[in-house]
Amino acid sequence: MSEHSEHIVPVKLYVAIFLTLIVLTGVTAYVAFIDLSANIGGHVVNFNPLVALAIAIFKATLVILFFMHVKYSSRLTKIVVGAGVFWLLILLSLTMTDYLSRSLQTAPPMH
Amino acid sequence: MSDRSVVIHESPGHEAHHPMLQHHFDDMEQQKEASSLGMWIFLITEIMFFGGMFAAYLVYRHSYYDAFVWGSTSLDIKLGAINTAVLIFSSLTMALAVHAAQLGMRKLLIFFLFLTLVFGGVFLGIKAIEYKQKYDEHHIPGHSFNFEPVILPNGKPHNVDQANAQLFFSLYFAMTGMHAMHMIVGAGLLSALIYMAWRGKFSASYYTPVENIGLYWHFVDIVWIFLFPLLYLISRVHHV
Repeated sequence: MSEHSEHIVPVKLYVAIFLTLIVLTGVTAYVAFIDLSANIGGHVVNFNPLVALAIAIFKATLVILFFMHVKYSSRLTKIVVGAGVFWLLILLSLTMTDYLSRSLQTAPPMH
Repeated sequence: MSDRSVVIHESPGHEAHHPMLQHHFDDMEQQKEASSLGMWIFLITEIMFFGGMFAAYLVYRHSYYDAFVWGSTSLDIKLGAINTAVLIFSSLTMALAVHAAQLGMRKLLIFFLFLTLVFGGVFLGIKAIEYKQKYDEHHIPGHSFNFEPVILPNGKPHNVDQANAQLFFSLYFAMTGMHAMHMIVGAGLLSALIYMAWRGKFSASYYTPVENIGLYWHFVDIVWIFLFPLLYLISRVHHV
């Protein structure tokens, strides 16, 4: 049986999550203007998009777990939410592995 | 409080049960669980819907990097950041509305629902200002679209491919437009909730509509949490 669903989250926790989200919004907007690119093996790799997306994923996780009560939900709800995120990752990762790897293809040999 | 005096029997028979309990459910607990699960299934279809647009954005940003960088840097980062904060604020007030509903505090519930509605309105107002700017700059895809050459750090002007820039702004308007439409639907749902709460439809033992529309509102907030970095932030440092 699932645990009792009527879990009441203390207001203090909501405010703490809210403040964290606001601070992270400021951080991600500030960091966007700092050059985070590095020279890896002669290639300039820009880490700005990765950092911005990592902060966004962290913010979304806080909203899902606490504002949307998934942390206190039944195991069934957790599995459903997890499956949804997993399917989204299939959509994005399989699409991008195709497009990102196209430039790796070498021209066919000339005969 | 009158609405808390409802008697809930341990084993509900046909004659004695909570007035909001539908007959095909065993008890309020099971009914709430089923309702919440159904809402999540709906939200997953929404994740897939927005996911398709996110995938399109990533693919075209990869293919037409130059136009996407200059299109992105033409957006107003201050308004975007303020709107992110406004939406996070509205998510807090929505969470506090659910909290008030759980405690059966009717006036507090109405107050927080109303605040959430106001923040939603502020977001849409700021979005309208941004759209007006884009209209004045001829950045709306169509026959009058025109993306002026940009000045590179070395002082030289750089022509941005017009077709590719239109693709960026098509995606920008499709994604922020669909998001704004969800906000408008959310505002309608909030108005209905305020009316229902005012009529005294909710109690500490029944507030499922508040909880489910809360889930919807937070979901729309999450979509913006990803739109903000993808559209406004990730192209500020670039090497084109």
